[in-house]
Amino acid sequence: MSPGAMWVVLAATSAMSLAIKLLGHLVPERWLARPRLQRVNALVPIALLSALVVAQGLVVKTHVVLDHRLAGLAAALAALFARAPFPVVVLSAAGVSALVYHLH
Amino acid sequence: MRLELRPTVRDALSVSLTVGAYGVAFGAAGVAAGFSILQTCLFSLVTFTGASQFAAVGVVASGGAAISAVAAASLLATRNALYGIQMAPLLQVRGLRRLGAAHLTIDESTGVALSQVPRGTNAMRAGFWLTGIGVYVFWNLFTLLGALGARALGDPASFGLDAAVPAAFLGLLWPRLENNFLRATALVSMAFVLVITPWLPAGLPIVCSTLVALGAGWRAR
Repeated sequence: MSPGAMWVVLAATSAMSLAIKLLGHLVPERWLARPRLQRVNALVPIALLSALVVAQGLVVKTHVVLDHRLAGLAAALAALFARAPFPVVVLSAAGVSALVYHLH
Repeated sequence: MRLELRPTVRDALSVSLTVGAYGVAFGAAGVAAGFSILQTCLFSLVTFTGASQFAAVGVVASGGAAISAVAAASLLATRNALYGIQMAPLLQVRGLRRLGAAHLTIDESTGVALSQVPRGTNAMRAGFWLTGIGVYVFWNLFTLLGALGARALGDPASFGLDAAVPAAFLGLLWPRLENNFLRATALVSMAFVLVITPWLPAGLPIVCSTLVALGAGWRAR
């Protein structure tokens, strides 16, 4: 991505974020209080975060690629099952991934 | 500080420190995606909603278009509007203070405010402002540290940064998976993205995953 496009991403993301936050403080409650809208909205972070795990961990450009990152994700998953705190999750993923990367 | 607000202050501080520390991961992810240290810090200062920031730099890192990055980040931010609806009648602020309140309306400030219900309106307001400001300070401080650290380390793969970012997403996702329906939604979303990835431009599958949320939320009760 060009440096200019990266500034566009930063500016547009920031503008949208503030606009969305302000919307909640300004519009009448009944506009956004529809049950279906709230249900979908509650599921959006789950769908998107799941997508990001896969897109970042198992994809290169437009191809599914299983490499050292998968080992890192497995370590993160193990840490989460062991109820490890967030920094431990991220660090174990990084450590295992780097190890596999250098062994290859 | 009045004595009755002490537990609220304690809640706000512990949340601020814990969540703020995630900023290290964002700072590193921003730099690994190719953003400058300044740009990475501006995300945390001006966008200030963690998951959306991660999404924007994540789509850029995976080679996606600018529009996909902004769309994914914006869709993740929509929940902040619903938080605002809950916080506005509680805070009762106007003008610049309202702008400030809106900027600080995130998962954590709303969460701590709502958790103070048994302690009364004053505690709820204090919980919102203290947590919002606390997370803001620590999130930005740690973003800078993470960005500087990643710049000093160099090649992201060599230090496992390319796995740390999806692991961070997994860590953000994990506590939300409270029941089987939500777990199923997460798994379907992951499978959906893997299936459509070869057919769409990079980054777009992430945005398309919101269709899974739409499909699941439309009919679910």
